[in-house]
Amino acid sequence: MPVDVAAEIIANRALSADYNVVALAAPAIAAAAAPGQFVMLKANAGFDPLLRRPFSIFEILCDSGRRPSALTILSKRIGPATNLLYDARAGERIACLGPLGRPFTIVDPPVEGWMVAGGVGLAPFVTLAESLRARRVKTTLFYGARRAADLFYLDFFRALGVELVLTTEDGSAGETGRVVSPLDRRLAALDRQAPVMLYACGPEAMLAATARVAARHQRPCQVSVERIMGCGLGGCYSCVVPMRGEDGGRHHVRSCIAGPVLAADRILWE
Amino acid sequence: MDLSVRIGSLTLKNPLIAASGCFGYGVEYADVVDLSSLGAIAVKGLFLSEREGHVAPRIVETPAGMLNAIGLQGIGVHRFVSEKLPELRARHATVIVNVCGTTLDEYVEVSRILSDAEGVAAIELNISCPNIKEGGIQFGCSLSGTYNVVSAVRTVTSLPVIPKLTPNVTDVASFARAAEEAGADAVSLVNTFLAMVIDVETRRPKISNIVGGLSGPAIRPIAVRMVYECRQTVSIPILGMGGIADARDALEFMIAGATAVQVGTANFVDPFIWTKLVDGIRDYLQRHEIARVSDLIGTVETGAVATERSGV
Repeated sequence: MPVDVAAEIIANRALSADYNVVALAAPAIAAAAAPGQFVMLKANAGFDPLLRRPFSIFEILCDSGRRPSALTILSKRIGPATNLLYDARAGERIACLGPLGRPFTIVDPPVEGWMVAGGVGLAPFVTLAESLRARRVKTTLFYGARRAADLFYLDFFRALGVELVLTTEDGSAGETGRVVSPLDRRLAALDRQAPVMLYACGPEAMLAATARVAARHQRPCQVSVERIMGCGLGGCYSCVVPMRGEDGGRHHVRSCIAGPVLAADRILWE
Repeated sequence: MDLSVRIGSLTLKNPLIAASGCFGYGVEYADVVDLSSLGAIAVKGLFLSEREGHVAPRIVETPAGMLNAIGLQGIGVHRFVSEKLPELRARHATVIVNVCGTTLDEYVEVSRILSDAEGVAAIELNISCPNIKEGGIQFGCSLSGTYNVVSAVRTVTSLPVIPKLTPNVTDVASFARAAEEAGADAVSLVNTFLAMVIDVETRRPKISNIVGGLSGPAIRPIAVRMVYECRQTVSIPILGMGGIADARDALEFMIAGATAVQVGTANFVDPFIWTKLVDGIRDYLQRHEIARVSDLIGTVETGAVATERSGV
């Protein structure tokens, strides 16, 4: 059951000129959240911008008694609301509604977890990696960005025992090019009997490419989609994704309540 | 303190209605809102059959507002009756069903089916969706079309019939009059204002349907004016809406002449708005020592306009 809190900003840390991590004191939401779920944030009072924005829950922070006390979101500046979030200061309050949406389905050993992230699409994979590693699932992160300076939290994933496969578009770190290329090669090299679950989040073209690669190698794939969202609760029908239904027909599915995590092989990529 | 209002034969426990298209089928909000605490819920528009609507992007923000062109995606009246209505009944929601049609016969058939179903309190006729060519706007933009669809539906139902009017006409009040003459029990107004947003970098429209309907606080003063004009013209109740974001906005519509109000876009921003609206209205009535909220309807004083600065 989602709750709405006027959450105090505990910290706002710039990771680069565009990326930042905002920590919000929202214990009830943090305690209830599952990997892949999101919150709807409104960083300003008043009507401009008017609507909330959806953000994947990035991290769950705990107090000294190991109880969830806060959540963070990973934001990239793309417009007025994310600019406000970039400039927000500790002590200010932000309306935070959540947790919302359907989370990732977590696998158990011997299934491996391969996470595929592009840019700000890293957001849902910190909590997912924690859940997978807590179950001792062998976990790999394929992580692509524009440049080395836009690759974040690498030490965190290493410390968790997550294998990293990095790509940058400019070649400043890891392999030059797109993240789907090493994913494709690794899948081709993988023993057909070795079970693996793919998890993907990032730009739409990357998700579509990941879905194609997963289909070609006959591997299941869960994608976390990003859509312009009005309400986050299923009321406005803004955030639809075209999907193939049980009946084989094309249906517009609300990514806020049926997703944001959806089965890649059911999405009609366009 | 009495918050109840009457819409024809229907009594609402308070004047707050979730606007059609902004509250799903109501059941989506059952976890966050006590559905029985609302005056009524106007559920998403229903045709006879399912519709998938337009492709995304379907909304774009504007200053103090938003444009939408969803395209009346919906599950159709049969699935609504079998899949949604039982839960709405169980939760004691007062349900107004927004009825769509591409033809006069479809409006009549959908209305007939709903009249036979248990748990429908009223029918709101969507003759004003700006976003699909065959979505009833051809009825809503013609006086005879409005008259014909209302009178046709009137013959097949004893439920209150409430056409929802478009603001995209020169004189909304004449459409309210046509509806009243055809036997409407009330009118809802306004639907959204047809509008457009272009990305100047790409020179492309920001929603897939090119044009869409503008809602939100940006339209409120125009909507209030239209409610006021209709109040001067018809005697049936008016369900006023357009950019209501707090209790004062709701009261403004009632003072302009609305018997009840609908809230849409603001519910997207704050799904917990309903208790705040009720509390705000109670507080106002208490401060002004008004026993019944219905005593406020249409009480705008137009004799002499105050010159002192207030609420600046």
